[in-house]
This record gives sequence, C-alpha cells and structure tokens, in this order.
Amino acid sequence: MTKIDNNITLDYGSGGRKMHRLISELFLKHFKNPILGKLEDSAELNLLSTRPDFCLTIDSYVVQPLFFPGGDIGKLSICGTVNDLAVKGAKPIFIAISFVLQEGLSLTTLDKICRSIAQTAKAVPVKIVTGDTKVVERDSEQEELIITTCGIGKIHKYFRNPTLSANNIKIGDVVLINGSIGDHESAVVVARGEYQLKAAIKSDCAPLYSLVAKFAKAKCKISMMRDPTRGGLATTLNEIADAAKVSIIVDESLIPIKKSVRGIAELLGIDPLYMANEGKVVMIADRDERDKLIAIMKKDPLGKNCAVIGEVTKRRHGIGVWLKTKIGSLRPVLQLEGMQIPRIC
Amino acid sequence: MEVCGTHTNVIASSGIRQMLPENIKLISGPGCPVCVTAQRDIDWVVELAKTKQAVVLTFGDLIKVPGTMSSLQKEKAANSDIRVIYSPIDALKIAQNEKKPVVFVGVGFETTAPTIAATILKAKEMKIENFYIISYFKLIPPALEMIATNPRLNIDGFILPGHVSTIIGAKPYNFLAQKYNKPCVISGFEPNDILESIFLLLKQIENKKTSVQIQYRRSVKVTGNRAAVKLMNEVFAKCDAEWRGLGVIKNSGLMLAKEYQQFDAQKRFKLKLPLPKPSPCRCGDVLLGLITPVQCQLFDSKCRPSNPIGPCMVSSEGACAAYYKYNIKK
Repeated sequence: MTKIDNNITLDYGSGGRKMHRLISELFLKHFKNPILGKLEDSAELNLLSTRPDFCLTIDSYVVQPLFFPGGDIGKLSICGTVNDLAVKGAKPIFIAISFVLQEGLSLTTLDKICRSIAQTAKAVPVKIVTGDTKVVERDSEQEELIITTCGIGKIHKYFRNPTLSANNIKIGDVVLINGSIGDHESAVVVARGEYQLKAAIKSDCAPLYSLVAKFAKAKCKISMMRDPTRGGLATTLNEIADAAKVSIIVDESLIPIKKSVRGIAELLGIDPLYMANEGKVVMIADRDERDKLIAIMKKDPLGKNCAVIGEVTKRRHGIGVWLKTKIGSLRPVLQLEGMQIPRIC
Repeated sequence: MEVCGTHTNVIASSGIRQMLPENIKLISGPGCPVCVTAQRDIDWVVELAKTKQAVVLTFGDLIKVPGTMSSLQKEKAANSDIRVIYSPIDALKIAQNEKKPVVFVGVGFETTAPTIAATILKAKEMKIENFYIISYFKLIPPALEMIATNPRLNIDGFILPGHVSTIIGAKPYNFLAQKYNKPCVISGFEPNDILESIFLLLKQIENKKTSVQIQYRRSVKVTGNRAAVKLMNEVFAKCDAEWRGLGVIKNSGLMLAKEYQQFDAQKRFKLKLPLPKPSPCRCGDVLLGLITPVQCQLFDSKCRPSNPIGPCMVSSEGACAAYYKYNIKK
C-alpha cells in the first residue's frame, strides 16, 4: 500500500458504506459510549428526568453554489439541524452556530445568508443563542464558507415513552414519506451549472417540526422517523431496516418522484433513490395509522405529495431493503459504497 | 448478450433476470467504455497526472479505475491537478484559462467520439494551443465480430446498444446477421424495451431468420446520424486498439487524423510507464461473457465498489458494479 491510500477521499463524506466504516472504525473507537453508540440523527439525553427528555445534534454545512432555487446554505444550516431533532419528536429550542469564513467572502453575501438564517429560525421557531467565527486563508476562487449548527430540542411528551427508535418497529408496519424524493440534490446539481441543464426544480429544504407536532397532537402511532438527507431514501431505509433487523419492501411505482428529477437522474446515470433531500421525513408507522397520517400530511404544505411507499416484513435473505420494480420483479436496494458518479455515455 | 452497459444496469435495476425462464440467460458484453480501456492506457493517464506536466481532464467514471500502481482518484488526493468535467466544451474553457497544457482523456464509443470531434474542430478554429486529447475511443462493430467468431463463446443473439446505434445506424451490424447468422435487436433503455427486444430475438431464433431489427425506433434510424458520423470521420482515423480482455482488435479504435495531430497528447508527452504486473482480476473474461462477475474469485471479497480491483467494478455501466449493487448471485 502506498502512502496516499491512507488519505480521505470524497467517498468518505457520501453517507455510504465508506463513511460508516470511518465512523465505526475511527470515531467510535475513540469516543465510544452508550449514547453515541446508537448512531441516530440526534442523541437522546436524560436531563430533567430519568427517561430521555431532550435531544442534541450537530451538523456542518458546505454547499456550492451558496444560493440555489428553494434555499441557500443559511436556510439549509437551520433546516438540517432542526430536522434531525424533529425526527426524534423533539421541538427545537436553542441553536448554537459557528461560521468558518474564507477570506474574500463578501459581506453582502454573508448578510444575505444571515438574513436567511434568521428568517428560517423565526419560522421554526428556534432561537440562535451563541456562536463563533473563524476566518481561513483563501484557497479557491469561489466565495466559500462552512456553517456548523448545534441544536437542542425537547422531546414532545407523546414521543417520550417510548422514544422514537428502531426498537418500536414491527412486522406489518407501513413506510410513508411526506413528498417527492431527489428535489434538493437535483436543484443543487442544476444550479451548479456544470452540466448546463435547465429545469424548474426547487430544493425541498424546509423545517419539519411543525408537521411532526401535528402527528403528536393527533397521537399517531409512529415507530420511527428519519430524514433522508445525504445518501437519500435508499440509505435511510437500509439504516432503519438494519437497526430493526427487518426488511422493508418499497414499491417503485408508489415512490413520488418529479418528472424533472427523474430526467436529471437518468441523464447523469445516477439513482434518485440515493439522491439527497432536505425537507423529507420517512415514517415507519402502525398499519392502521396510515389513513390518519396521510390525511394530516395532505392538509399541510409540507406533505401534499405524501404517499405510503412500502411495508416492513421479516428479514429476507439478510437484505434490508427490497424494491418491487415497475415490471413486478423484486430486487435488493443496497447501501451505496461511495459517491454516485455521472457516467460517460 | 446485452452489449451495452446501460442495458446491463437496467436489466439489473428492474429485475428482468429474475422474471425470465431458466433457459434464457443474459450475458453482459463489452459495452462499458471505462471497462474496456486497457490497463496500459490507464497507466499512461495516471503517469501523466502524477508527473504534473499537465492538467488532466476526464469524465467521472474513469477517475476511480485502478492502474498498475495508482488511480486518478488517488493522484488527485495527492494533489495532482485532475478535474472531472461533464461537457467537452468545458475542456476548452479550462484550457483558455490555464498556462499549463490541458489534456482531455477521450474514452468512449461512437456515442462520445462525435462530440469530441466537434470540440477539436472548435479548438482548431479558436487556435487554442495548450489543448490535447488522448484518444482511447473504440468502435463497437469490430468488437462484436470478435465475439461472434470466438469459438469459446456461444452467443445466440445480441441486444445491440441504443445510443451507439443512434449515431451509426443499423447497417454496420448487418454482417452479424448475414455472415454469422446471429439474431440482433437494437434496444431502447426502458425495462419494457428490453423485454420486447428479448421477445424479438426469440422470434428470430424460432423462425430461423436472422436480421438486425430496430426495437428502439423512437431514436434509431437505419442510416444513423449522418452529420455525427461525418464529424467523426473528419477528425479521427481508424486504428488498431487494445481492449481490456479482448486484446488488440484490428481497426477497432480511433486516433486523430493527420490534420489534427497537433492535439495528440501522446505525441506531446513521452512517459515511462510502470511494468505491467499480473493481476488476478478477471474483468477481461467478464467483458467477453466467459464468466459472470460472481464467478470471479475477487468479486465481493477483495474487489468491491469501495476498493475496486478492476474497471468493471468501478463504472456504473460495468457488469461487476451492477451485479454488486443489485446483489445478483448467479
């Protein structure tokens, strides 16, 4: 092995198997404890009670371009963190924010980003209560910055006992999603301009707690929720199925995908099942609850295109996720190894 | 045999194999451009990047393909200037903004070659002097002739590539049906297209009448795209080319024609390549359809998409990658 084999490549950030290996073989080795060991979107904490009552999460945001249809890095940095709390049923309370700014970034740009952060936080609502700023030397021509947000949220009473987790999942549960997949990644790809594509596609970037609060209010029997961000629906479903030691069968014809997203994916030779979303929540819920959940979502702008997309079954041939294809065949949907790369022809 | 890598992918992703009766076997062919690029050719590009004499531009799939000692991805992580581009016109823009020579790695079939030909014409017109290409372009019909005549292979019919045929039309395959009695159908890329193509192949076999049928009528004309073919013939000339696994095939490659040799990277840079090492990788046998990916010892043990040993595991068009991604066990 040569020395450069030891370097991090972009694959390690893709949310696929390489990243999982990095987490389990390096980070967990050094940091291991029972809370971290669960590897969920946010950590359950027992602060004021003997049972988990709060959630803590952190995420860093890098995206080019900084502004894209439907959002920008600022909005993303709030939504991503809020949604990691929301899928655990936690109402976001406070956010800490950190900026790493590259020399040369214009103050007009930064002001615009901060306005977007403030607007998004107000809409959630969540308060930004502390922060940090660093400036680094310029090493690219573009304007660049990294935003890190850390959020704390209070778990809604209805979701406290038991907390939302893979442990609650049972055979026969159904799988739902609140809308179409791949919108965010497609919007960013188009906005990047590398492929000279034109499409009227907007990122789905949105804070989801208001929708989750409605589920709690209506006492919907939800086993677990996840936001299918990096790595997309396929990665999220695999993680859920592996954690619950079950299989999930999803029906290709039921998964909402916009025509433009399908077109972009086909053109680039990438699979929409693995494309990132920023305003989507996947729910595993009791079969009898599906009409109730669908009715709630249909009435909410965040869930107009919701659908029941699959169901939980016994573990099948050791594989977590199966796709019932449009021509009626059944095939496995595995985790990706690394990045999806556009093909040649 | 489905010749094209995109067909291989659709067959796997839609689960067609699981629906067919036992006596219909689909064998993946050599129609993945990255997969058939010879090891020496990969080594040349990696060496060029490593010596930092030029900015290396490539399409995405190629960057992970391992050469004898290293890959473009590893050299990129070690700070060589390697950029993934998506449109050949971007290559010219980059060349205009660079003082260093800029080399575009030309990998692909008849589908890709015409757009690169247009790019070279443009470079000539714009008098861009630091732009070069390395031409590893390959032609499909000569490879199929080799497969059709290989006594170790017993292909009953060909599902022919839709994109390549959109450019070259149906005529260049006539020899397969007429001289070698192989049923041929040019297929589209929807699962239903492929199912219909299989049906048409079976009909030809049953009726004992072989021809080149076009199932993908919404894109392919018998005569192909004449303008694209003309462009290709203007800028490139046929040459012998080495295919991974298939060896050197006469007149199966494209090199720059005489008038365009100023753009030839291999004329500009003389590189010392590492000595080839024997590799247990059986991509060559996979590309010929002699074995399925799972019959290779390395498959899913030493060779995975995260650490590919051979190119068929790298490209999304590659048979090994498709078998791995969709967990095909046979």
